[in-house]
This record gives sequence, structure tokens and C-alpha cells, in this order.
Amino acid sequence: MIAIVDYGVGNLFSLCASLKKIGAEAIVTRDVEQLEKADKIILPGVGAFGDAIDKLYETGLVPHLLRMAQEGKPFMGICLGMQLLFERSFEFGEKEGLGLIKGNVCDLSADIPQSLKVPHMGWNKLEIRAKDEPLLKYVKEGESVYYVHSFYAKDCEESIKAGSEYHVFVPGVVRNGNVCGTQFHPEKSGETGLNILRAFAEA
Amino acid sequence: MITKRIIPCLDVRDGMVVKGKNFLGVREIADPVELARFYNQSGADELVFYDITASAEGRGLFTDVLERVASEVFIPLTVGGSINTLADFDRVLKCGADKVSVNSGAIKNPTLITEGAKRYGSQCVVLSMDVKRVDGTFRLFAKGGREDTGIDAVEWARQGIERGAGELVVNSIDTDGVRGGFDIELLQKICEFSTVPVIASGGAGNMEHFLELFRKVPNIDAGLAASIFHLKEVAIEDLKKYLEDQGIEMRRTQL
Repeated sequence: MIAIVDYGVGNLFSLCASLKKIGAEAIVTRDVEQLEKADKIILPGVGAFGDAIDKLYETGLVPHLLRMAQEGKPFMGICLGMQLLFERSFEFGEKEGLGLIKGNVCDLSADIPQSLKVPHMGWNKLEIRAKDEPLLKYVKEGESVYYVHSFYAKDCEESIKAGSEYHVFVPGVVRNGNVCGTQFHPEKSGETGLNILRAFAEA
Repeated sequence: MITKRIIPCLDVRDGMVVKGKNFLGVREIADPVELARFYNQSGADELVFYDITASAEGRGLFTDVLERVASEVFIPLTVGGSINTLADFDRVLKCGADKVSVNSGAIKNPTLITEGAKRYGSQCVVLSMDVKRVDGTFRLFAKGGREDTGIDAVEWARQGIERGAGELVVNSIDTDGVRGGFDIELLQKICEFSTVPVIASGGAGNMEHFLELFRKVPNIDAGLAASIFHLKEVAIEDLKKYLEDQGIEMRRTQL
């Protein structure tokens, strides 16, 4: 059973539908007991970092989520949910994240030429850095995934498992032990995305 | 880098996909869920659904169709047609839409763009515009291309971006249904200043038209078409292979 953390951000329709499609059992919950019982946890998210981390704290779940992640429960952040795993973000002022992965979340537009559009939105090819990354078990180099974001993870070299070129190298898949994340939306990335969710569900 | 997108557009009336010519002569073609599944397997990069229903019953059928599509097709879905309020945004987003396309609703009330962007993020708000040449200028049309608003279309695009639209769909009434190619002149004009992705619509008749679009308007992000895909005159997998062979970067689905 996969528990999707419900903290009031984003639209979970596609994520739930895609997990159902691959035959993974999933619930959307903010109940500690349910999260405890689940084999794996997904932290979703869209919107702004500060707003999302505040909402996550308001649920009172943060200490529990941190404990579960530290105990070794497979834990996956998606899009903004991935960004929340890092130490801090600079979106609308500095804000602390969950600190489960070393690194910062920074403004993409500051690091790329003005001619490139922000948000980085659309399909981009995945360059795989770590061939043994469990999430990429069924994914080949050069398959495309769907991104929508204006901030990106930086100073996280050791956790980057795959990413995409957008003048800078945008980390697409990151991992620190049992804690992993994708900047792109696997639930919107066609077969490739379903295969990433499948690998997470199976692992 | 970001790949160019190929987008089939599905006009849905009373639960069925239809395609009119030059905004006239509507006829039924197919079951939208079947078609969406087919396009997904063919390598479509995104799907656009327009609800062209007038009745309340039809609206219910549309959200039902949308929900069924979103339950089995996992690529971005843009939904438009009769989006006039934030409640309309909410209604389609809850059924699995990723982006909401506003057109006449935004002409009547331009703050709809700002409000939508504020609540759901710019990436969620697509400004769709129907454009036609009138007296040597590009004019914005409303109500499915039937009404000349008198507004300058290029200026409208500029304002839409300022108000928070995260993407533009530029549909040329002059080239739509004619199958003589996209409206390169209009698209170049808008892509000159657009800081958000632009989707070209209207005029695709064959594969070469897409190549012409991506070569002559390098900043364009996507080409959208309906009938040539619906009538199977152009297969999306062939189109993407052709474009890739010509050096246009495409998303590869089967490796």
C-alpha cells in the first residue's frame, strides 16, 4: 500500500489514477496511523514552496514523516514534493525544507539565458547518471518526461541520478538512501512515467 | 532541451468528438475516450479538449468523458470551452485536466486570467485566441470565431501574458480548415515577444506544414491539428519520425 500525503496542495486525480493503472494500491491520507501502515509514502505538490511547507507543517505530520523516512520507509517526492525534501528553498525568500536530501532549491531563471522560457515546461529527455537507480529500472536513456517548474534543485551533486538539459542540468531524479524524488511529473509522463511509478511501487 | 509538441485537438459535443470546417458544418466523428487512447499510443505529446456543448446535460457528458480519459491517458490534458468562472476551472481540474484554456470568457472578463493564475498557477492557464485579418490587421474574434471584437490580437496576446497566462494557443481563422499550412506570419509576430509557450493552430494539411512551422517559427512550442489526425490522413508516429529525421527534436515514446 502506498500512502499519498494529503496536505491540501495540488490535484491528485492523475497521480491516483496512474497508480491504479499500474495496479498499485494507494490511499490519499493525512492520518498518521494510515501513513504508518503504508509500505511507501508519496509526497506530492504543486505551487509555491513556502505555502506548501507551511501547509505540510499545519497538518502536524512533519515529525512523523521525518521519522518514517529516517526509519527507512521508501519515500518519494514529486515535483514540488521533491523540492520539499531539500534543505532550503529561495522561492519568495529563504525557507527551510525537510532536509532529507542535501541541497537548495533555486530560481531557474537566474541561471539560464532570457531567451529560454520559464517555467521549464514540456517534455525533456532524461539523461541517466546512475544506471543502478531503482526508479529507472524500466527507463532508457533518452526517454522523455514532463516537467513544469520554475525552481530547481542545486548543490545536490551526490543525489542526482538523472536529469535534463535546459542550459543548466536540471536534476530530474534524486535520491538519498530510501528518500527519492522526481522534479518531473511521472503521472503525466506517459509510459515512461508509469514505469517510474511501477519501479517505485515494486521496490 | 524541451521537445516540440504535436497536439491533436478534440472538439466534444454531447459526448462525441466532432470537427467543423471554418467554424461551420459540424459533424460527428468518434468516441473521445477511444480516440484519446489511440492518440496516446500514437505518441501525441498532449491532448486538447474543447467542450462545444451548449446544454447542461452535454456539460455533464463532457466532464464524464474527461474523467474517463484522465483515468487512462497519462499525458498533459488541456481543457477549454465555456470556461467563464473559477468554478469552471475547478470543475474540469477535478476531472483530471492539467491546464484550462480560456477564450471568450477571458474577453468578457480579462481578470479571469489573473484569478485563474493566482489560484492555480500560470502554468495552468492557457489563453486561446481566434484571430482573423481585418483591414490589414490581426483582429481578435470571440464566440468560436463568429464575433469580431475589434481588439488587436497581437496586443491581446501581450496583455494575456501580462495578466498571467502561462501558454497561448493561437488559432488562425484565415488558415483553419483550408489545409494550406499554418499562419506563419501571425505566429512569427506573436512568438517575437512571447515569454510563454505558444501553440500554433489552424491550417495543417500535411506533414510538411509542421516542418515549415518549426523551421520558420523556431520559438513555437507546438503544432495543433484536428481533422488530419481524426481522419487518419497523417499518423502522429509518422509525423514525429519525419520531423525528427529533419532535425526537429521530438519526444520519443518507444526506444
